[in-house]
Amino acid sequence: MRPEDLRKEFPALSRKVYGKDLVYFDNAATVQRPQCVLELWDYLSRNSNANIHRAVHKMADEATEAYEQARLYVKDFINAGYREEIIFTSGATASVNLVAYSFGERFVNAGDEIIVTECEHHSDIIPWQLLCERKHAVLKVLPTDDTGHLKLGMLDSLITDRTKLLAVTHISNVLGLMNPVTRIVEKCHSRGVKVLIDGAQGIVHSGVDVREIDCDFYVFSGHKVYAVPGTGVLYGKKELLEQMPPFMGGGEMVGTVKFSGTTYAPLPLKFEAGTQNFTGTATLKPALELAAEISRDSELRGFHDGIRDYLYSELMKVPGLRLFGTTDDMDEKIPLFSFCIDGVHHEDLALILDKTGIAVRSGQMCAEPLMDRFGVSGMLRISLAPYNTMQEAEYFMKSLYRAIKMLK
Amino acid sequence: MTTMDGKSLQDVENEVIDEFSIFDDWLDKYEYLIELGKSLKEYPEDRKTDDRLVKGCQSRVWIDFSIENGRIFFNADSDAIITKGIISLLVRIYSGRTPEEILSSDFSVVERIGLKENLSPTRANGLVSMIQMIRAIAAANLQ
Repeated sequence: MRPEDLRKEFPALSRKVYGKDLVYFDNAATVQRPQCVLELWDYLSRNSNANIHRAVHKMADEATEAYEQARLYVKDFINAGYREEIIFTSGATASVNLVAYSFGERFVNAGDEIIVTECEHHSDIIPWQLLCERKHAVLKVLPTDDTGHLKLGMLDSLITDRTKLLAVTHISNVLGLMNPVTRIVEKCHSRGVKVLIDGAQGIVHSGVDVREIDCDFYVFSGHKVYAVPGTGVLYGKKELLEQMPPFMGGGEMVGTVKFSGTTYAPLPLKFEAGTQNFTGTATLKPALELAAEISRDSELRGFHDGIRDYLYSELMKVPGLRLFGTTDDMDEKIPLFSFCIDGVHHEDLALILDKTGIAVRSGQMCAEPLMDRFGVSGMLRISLAPYNTMQEAEYFMKSLYRAIKMLK
Repeated sequence: MTTMDGKSLQDVENEVIDEFSIFDDWLDKYEYLIELGKSLKEYPEDRKTDDRLVKGCQSRVWIDFSIENGRIFFNADSDAIITKGIISLLVRIYSGRTPEEILSSDFSVVERIGLKENLSPTRANGLVSMIQMIRAIAAANLQ
């Protein structure tokens, strides 16, 4: 398949903005929705809208079936061992918060330590800060080098016998570099440290196998991988999830409720309190089916890699451009490029590109510590999906030069 | 009431609307805003303080003022050039006016030149914040 063929699955991509063809290069923020997802969402909304798990009627059966089918599909997609290990949430942020609260309640005490990395998204920093404040624990940071790679050599000395968990992003939403998570997990486990991986970007760009990585937790959002917003997944190892207390109390998550005390439902429902986004969550199945189809398509991958390589080398030629997240090994780079241009403000660039029909992201990208680390107030980011074409990439480069010329 | 050059606040608003109406294309409007941004009076570094910083913009914007004979004179700066162009428009319209005049304006000029709907929401928010700050300065200096 060519990117041009894949595009046809995504109705929004054929729209125009300011009279120009839309070039959507903000896929790391959210990806456009395919027909198969829109159709299931619409179908379930019209035909099978009933609250899941409890009622015995036909519509509730159908809604429950669609929801639980998604769970099974997610389990297979990331190669988890058990369906009980797949917890549905409202997104990656909710998943991290769940773990930070629940794992924290069970396993973290005053004086213990949590490690995050310098290239984390705010969503993988703040829940840990809150945990550390609550438990009087200590938050430590694994830094990155000037190319955006984690300084793994420092990990050994950073871990102590008080370290309980390390949280690391699979692929940074700013740097677009794949972190060596399997090695990190191995190192952490050898010191008794649990690992949570933020897979918000990783789920889109790499074949995730949680048993091969051997991580303890893996979190991602649905809307970045073609499903609808307000959906998300927490994968956790069963033996850990079983020991962790509920995060929220409410409907669905109970065994029996007495004023003298309440028992909780078994996994996964223990962590799914209240009416879930059942229609949205069901769209994870067609979404991930499409993601699987895309990743199996070697022709499409060839085009996608070609566009990434083209943009990488063309951006490097732009005078005064500083790219963050550089590498000689293109296998670890996804088509996501954050950069600054000397003497030009990122917001001005984004505004002008917008008027040429190109959607990009500018600002701090929810990663203020990383902005500070590189000494910038913000960056411009382009992030591509497999449906983006070489023609769009070439038009982007032309528009970028035009914008720079206007601004300098 | 008029300024020293005899133009009322409304005259200047209409001038700005006329100037913008000649551009069909948004890129041309941006070109013009960039030029305006570059022509803004120099803003002293030591006045880029937190109390002069406008909250709610993606780029940083500072607004400073002085009062002479009951009229407020604004000076402003931004690290982004298009924002600087926008703020220079506001300075041009509202500088040298009395607090009463400023507060009597509905600031609809920004909508009438299409700035509001053609800026990203973050930027539009920034614009709203800039207007709020100008109004707050006027309100604090009512005689």
